[in-house]
Amino acid sequence: MPTMTYLQAISSALRDELRADERVFVMGEDIGVFGGAFKVTDGLFEEFGPGRVMDTPLAESAIIGTAVGAAVVGMRPVCEMQFSDFISCGFDQLVNVAGKMNYRQGLAVPITVRLPSGGGFSGGPFHSQNPEAWFMHSPGIKVVAPSTAEDAKGLLHTAIHDPNPVCFMEHKHLYRRIKGDVPSGIYETPMTARVARAGSDLVVIAYGAMVHVALEATEDVDGASIEVLDLRSLVPLDSDAILDSVARCSKVVIMDEANATCAAGAQVAALIAEHGFEDLDGPVVRVATPDVPIPFSPPLEQAVLPSVERVREACRELLAY
Amino acid sequence: MATETAEPAVGAAQHLELEDRIRLLRAMLLMRGIEERAMSLYRQGKVPGSFYDGYGQEAVSAGPAFAMAPEDRLCILHRDLAAHLIRGVSTVRILAQYMGRETGITRGRDGNVHFGDPRLGCVGMVSMLPDMMLVATGMAMAFKLRGEQRCALTWFGDGSTSRGDFHEAMNWAGVQRLPVVFVLENNQYAYSTPLDKQFAVDPVQRAAAYGLTGVTVDGNDAEAMFEATRAARARALAGDGPTLIEAVTMRMHGHAAHDDMKYVPKEQVELWRKRDPVDRQDSRLRELGVDVAAVRAAVLAEIDAATEEALAAPMPSAGDATADVFATGEAVPLGDGQAPWSGFAGRGEVSS
Repeated sequence: MPTMTYLQAISSALRDELRADERVFVMGEDIGVFGGAFKVTDGLFEEFGPGRVMDTPLAESAIIGTAVGAAVVGMRPVCEMQFSDFISCGFDQLVNVAGKMNYRQGLAVPITVRLPSGGGFSGGPFHSQNPEAWFMHSPGIKVVAPSTAEDAKGLLHTAIHDPNPVCFMEHKHLYRRIKGDVPSGIYETPMTARVARAGSDLVVIAYGAMVHVALEATEDVDGASIEVLDLRSLVPLDSDAILDSVARCSKVVIMDEANATCAAGAQVAALIAEHGFEDLDGPVVRVATPDVPIPFSPPLEQAVLPSVERVREACRELLAY
Repeated sequence: MATETAEPAVGAAQHLELEDRIRLLRAMLLMRGIEERAMSLYRQGKVPGSFYDGYGQEAVSAGPAFAMAPEDRLCILHRDLAAHLIRGVSTVRILAQYMGRETGITRGRDGNVHFGDPRLGCVGMVSMLPDMMLVATGMAMAFKLRGEQRCALTWFGDGSTSRGDFHEAMNWAGVQRLPVVFVLENNQYAYSTPLDKQFAVDPVQRAAAYGLTGVTVDGNDAEAMFEATRAARARALAGDGPTLIEAVTMRMHGHAAHDDMKYVPKEQVELWRKRDPVDRQDSRLRELGVDVAAVRAAVLAEIDAATEEALAAPMPSAGDATADVFATGEAVPLGDGQAPWSGFAGRGEVSS
C-alpha cells in the first residue's frame, strides 16, 4: 500500500474517478491550469483537459447550481469551494435546489462538494470556518469529514458514487501534516464511525482534525483507558457506534472545531441525552470553539480552537467525577 | 451580438402548420381552464396554501415549450403551466398536485406549480428566483461537454433580474457559450413592485454585455414566442451561444389568490386585456376556418373529467412524510418529454 498525505489521497481519489467514469468532472475556481489553491487538483488538467477539470468564473452559487443541472442530466460533478467559507455564497443552491430535489420530485442530485475547511494557521474569519452544521440542519444533504488519508480517499469515492448531494469536509490543516497507508484503486469507506483507539474509561468523540487532537491529548491521561471515536460521517450520523461507545465507556467528551452552538457535537450530545442517559456516569462534556469568528492573530486563534491541553484537562476532570 | 427586436409575428407562422397552431391554442386553453378550475377549488377549500396562476401569460410558456425537442430539458416557472402540458403532464395529475394528493406530480411534497416531471425532462422551480437559471446553465454545460445537440431552457421573471444568480447564469453561459435559452417573462410586476423600482435599464439590454443574443418579443403572441425560441434553439445548437428572450406581457391576476392587485392602475389592466394571448390565437384560427368552439368544448370536457378524478384521488399517507429525503440506488437522470411540434415529426419515438 502506498503512503500518501491526506491531500495526495484526495487527489488520488479524483484522478481514479476521472479515469474510471467519464461522467465525473471536477469544477472550481483556479483548479485547472493552476491546480487549485492548495494544489489538490495539480496535474489533473494536464491529464484530463479543460472540459473535465474546469476552471470556472468566481461564482460559488453558479458552481453549485450548474453542478445540479449537469447532475440531473447524467453527469457526476465534483465541485471545489476554494475555501469552505465560500459555500455561504452557494448556500441557496445547495440547500434549496440540491437538498430538496429528491424529496419534492423524486429526482436524484449526485453532486459532491469539496469543502476545504478548518483553522489553525492564521486564515482569519473567512478562511478558517467549519460550516458542516449548516448542512446537517438542511434535509437531503450528506456530510462527511475524514480524518485520515485512507478515509479521505475512500470517503471521496463513496461521496462521488452516492446519488445525493454530499458535502466532503476536507480539513486544510491535515492536508500535508497527516500521512498514512492508502489502498490502491477505487474503494469505498462507509459513512459510519470508526474507533480510532479503543478504550473503556472514557470516550472522546470527534471528527476531522479534532480526531488527531483527541488522540494526542488522550495518549496518557493518568493511565486511563480512553477511547477515541472518529465520526467520519455527520449525515448520516452513526448513532449505533456513538451509543455503543457510551455504553462501554460511560463518560463522554465531545469535540468540535466548529463554533459550539448547534454544532455537530451538540447533536451528538442530544443523541446521548435522549438515548444513552442510563449509560452515563457523568455529565456530557463538550470542548468546542466558542461562538466567535475565527481570529487571525496566532494567540487569539489558539485561544479559541480546541487544544490538546483543553481536551486533556476536560478528560481529567471528567475521569475524576 | 446586438440586441434585436423580433419581427412582429401576428398572423405570420413561419414554421407552424395549422395543426401546430391549433395545438398551441389548445395548450393555452387548457392552462387557462385548469387554473380557473383550480382557483374555484381553492375557494372551496380544496387547494391548500395559496394559489398562483398565469392568467394572461399563457403564450409565454406555450410558445417556447413548443419549440423544444424531446431530448431538450426545461426548468419551468410557476406561471408557465402550458409548458408542463406540452411536455405531456396530464390534467388530472396537475389538479391532484394543486390539491396535495398522492397522485400529484410531487405526491403532496410541494404545492402549486412547484413541480416538474423528471420523466418528461422537466425540473420544478424553487421559490428562490431565478435559481433555475443556473440549473439550466448546468444542463447546457453537460450537453456541450458531451458534444450533444441539445438545448436547455428556463423561464424567470422581471424581479429575478435583480438577483445575483441572474448575473452568474448569464455570465457563465456567455463565457462558456452554452446551448441555453433564457426566457425573461416581463409581466410588469414582481409581486407589487413595478419595473421602475426593479431596474434602471431594461434587462434585455444586458444580454450584449454578457455576450448573449438578446431579443424582445410580444409575450402575448404564442406564435411569436415559438418563432423566437425556435431561432434561439437553432443558434444554441449551431454553437452560437445563449439567447435572452424578453417576453413582454402582463400579470393579469394578483401575485397569488390573496392579492387583489390594488397597486395596478385599472387602465393598465384594461389595455392588456385587449391583448389577451388566448383570444389572439382564437381569432387567428377562426379566421382560418378552424372550429375553435369544438376545441374549447374538448378542453372543458377534459378538465371536468380530470377534476372528478383528482377529487377522488387519495391524500398522501402521513406515514410517508419522512420518506425519500435521500435518493437510493443509481441516480436516474431526466427522461425525454413530448415534443408535439410538427417540425420534430419523423425523429423517432419519444422515449418517455
